[in-house]
Amino acid sequence: MIYRSLFPRDIFAEFDRLQRDLQQAYDTSPSIRGFGRGGYPALNVGGTAQSVEIYAFAPGLDPAKIDVNIDRGVLTIEGQRESVLPADEKVAVHISERFSGRFRRVVSLPDDIDPNAVNAEYRDGVLHLSIRRRESALPRRIEIK
Amino acid sequence: MTNGVNKPDNGRREAAVLPPVDVIEDATGITLYADLPGVGKEQLNLRVEADTLTIEGEVALNAPEGLQPSHAEVQVPRYRRVFALSKELDPEKIVAELNHGVLKLRIPKAEHAQPRKVQIRVS
Repeated sequence: MIYRSLFPRDIFAEFDRLQRDLQQAYDTSPSIRGFGRGGYPALNVGGTAQSVEIYAFAPGLDPAKIDVNIDRGVLTIEGQRESVLPADEKVAVHISERFSGRFRRVVSLPDDIDPNAVNAEYRDGVLHLSIRRRESALPRRIEIK
Repeated sequence: MTNGVNKPDNGRREAAVLPPVDVIEDATGITLYADLPGVGKEQLNLRVEADTLTIEGEVALNAPEGLQPSHAEVQVPRYRRVFALSKELDPEKIVAELNHGVLKLRIPKAEHAQPRKVQIRVS
């Protein structure tokens, strides 16, 4: 974000950008907080008529130590992954590509989700969150009397 | 790194994501860690042919019916990575463990390649 402040821009242009970003956030895309391509964990987001489904590709974690919070329509997934690289000098590290350290990913959720109806499951290194949409928001047929 | 996609090389192979790995060597062998989130034991395919080690895995997500994706950072449900093993490694004795989407391979060095201190004679 630092590079933005290096280029002072017209404040109206900034508002316009913010407006556009907010618009995009409505289709459950995490884009307002940047496309974290190559980030850890990678996220896939989708939805059905009844729920919003989020898959975080977070291998090698202790599920008890993953923090998942929903606050005012914003989902945060955070935690820490320990490095497997030994501090020992007698070994040679040939390739070191896997992520280690603290991570935090944030996703803006649609308005119609029910933050009290979240199902979280960690399997084979994928954290799957299924968040139900509110009953009142579900599509329904209107009876004509 | 997780988004590096291998192009199918001869039309026979399907596109796959290149998983990030750590490779550490000590005196008695090599330890390899590969991130394969979404791959269970049944979807993992490990092969050694001649001196080539191939790690392959299919991603199995339990997706509800009618799921419409809106944002996808993992777009190919498959991982593949190929390594050339050097001759002092013993492919017969590879031990593999898969835990929470992380594959750990231990590839020991062959007996004859185990470390020996080389005596230097001064004449």
